[in-house]
Amino acid sequence: MANYSTNEFKGGLKIMLDGEPCNILENEYVKPGKGQAFNRVKIRKLISGKVLEKTFRSGESVEGADVMDTELAYLYTDGEFYHFMNNETFEQIAADEKAVGDAIKWLVENDVCTITLWNGSPITVTPPNFVELEITETDPGLKGDTAGTGGKPATLSTGAVVRVPLFVQTGEVIKVDTRSGEYVSRVQK
Amino acid sequence: MSWQPTTTHQARVDRASLLKTIRTFFEDRQVLEVDTPLLSSATVTDVHLDAFHTQFVHATSGKPQTLWLQTSPEYAMKRLLCAQSGPIYQICKAFRHEGQGRYHNPEFTMLEWYRPGFTHEKLMDEVDALLVATLACEPADKLSYQRAFLTHTDIDPLTASQSELVSALTHHGIDISEPQTLNTDSLLQLIFSLVIEPKIGAERPVMVYGFPASQAALAKVNTHDPRTADRFEVYFKGIELANGFYELQDASEQRKRFEADNLERLSMGLPEKPVDAHLLHALEAGLPDCAGVALGIDRLLMLRAGATAISDVISFPVANA
Repeated sequence: MANYSTNEFKGGLKIMLDGEPCNILENEYVKPGKGQAFNRVKIRKLISGKVLEKTFRSGESVEGADVMDTELAYLYTDGEFYHFMNNETFEQIAADEKAVGDAIKWLVENDVCTITLWNGSPITVTPPNFVELEITETDPGLKGDTAGTGGKPATLSTGAVVRVPLFVQTGEVIKVDTRSGEYVSRVQK
Repeated sequence: MSWQPTTTHQARVDRASLLKTIRTFFEDRQVLEVDTPLLSSATVTDVHLDAFHTQFVHATSGKPQTLWLQTSPEYAMKRLLCAQSGPIYQICKAFRHEGQGRYHNPEFTMLEWYRPGFTHEKLMDEVDALLVATLACEPADKLSYQRAFLTHTDIDPLTASQSELVSALTHHGIDISEPQTLNTDSLLQLIFSLVIEPKIGAERPVMVYGFPASQAALAKVNTHDPRTADRFEVYFKGIELANGFYELQDASEQRKRFEADNLERLSMGLPEKPVDAHLLHALEAGLPDCAGVALGIDRLLMLRAGATAISDVISFPVANA
């Protein structure tokens, strides 16, 4: 993998740090008029998800990370691995629970997810921004209450729990924003 | 890359208006506007300043001559001062062969002025008057470099050892590989930039004076406390805006500093830089007792407009020049 000098740093560049692939979120050039130049970089570690700030001497080089995003459809889980397929090449990839992480509660069969591969292996799974899931359990709400008075918890078919308005009932399908975990609307079946 | 300018029409109008205000400011104070070359046969030796250079193939020697784009008009303006120019100012382009960023473009506009008979303290007051006139801000606070560190860190910058500064980095959450390879001045500058600068000059400009003598550059060493230099910097809203000196007059001391820079360059594997003989000869002839300061016009424009990036005030930054 190529090395990158700090001059090439910008948001989105993937580099290696402490043996872990990282994504540069922000890069700021710091150069006192009479002093040494540094790059102040905000980085997300792609496996642990940790965000940290790191300072580099300007002109320093770091190893690039062979990281790429692919769009794959979720197929099924065998209990240990989660299987995804490229809808064009039909190539399949299996991600372990660690790579799937929090996305586990938003996986819907045939939904296209973004799988981040490091050296060809999945390290993170990002679900679509919106998914549609059936409510498997929620308390019956008070009839006639349509105002958002805080709502009530509802368990979805994947095990995810979201707050829904009181009028939404078990058996209904709802649309959820996976980035915030918030209810968006009911879906007409 | 777009051919279009990165500035709005309003930003260009504001630049023209600012330049007019500055010229009026100095005309009222009987400071003469001067013009010196951007290309020079010599350059600065500063370890952390790098100049662009080019080849002049029409030199009368018949051999190509290396010419350097100025990193500031300081040396040429000092030659004018040595020739009894009296108080002078200049608005010009300066060039630094370094990275670009929110506050940096390798080519930028500089205002530099010199005041015979002024100390750095008196010049700080004049810088303050210029800032009030151009930014309509409150008068600046003054803060010593030592006080700035003692207030915002546990470090005394004039006595701290290299290892104390390295542990201070960790204490302030500055994560850099092999910090022990940075020298005291670089460690101080890093702590100043990342810890202190964000905490000072938020409401009104702050003038920080009394830099360590090891960072004197072209300033006199302070006669009362020789651990410090008569150098100041101006900071406002996270921007380093100006750098001024009570100017070193001693030619042999100046030559020593240039030579020390070049030795440090060699030890770091950096190329030596040609020492400016014209400047040294001028200093030998005699530089009047004076103070001088350089101020970044583009950054001043950013502050006027509340801009977040220098590309908002420069029409064609280096990425689409």
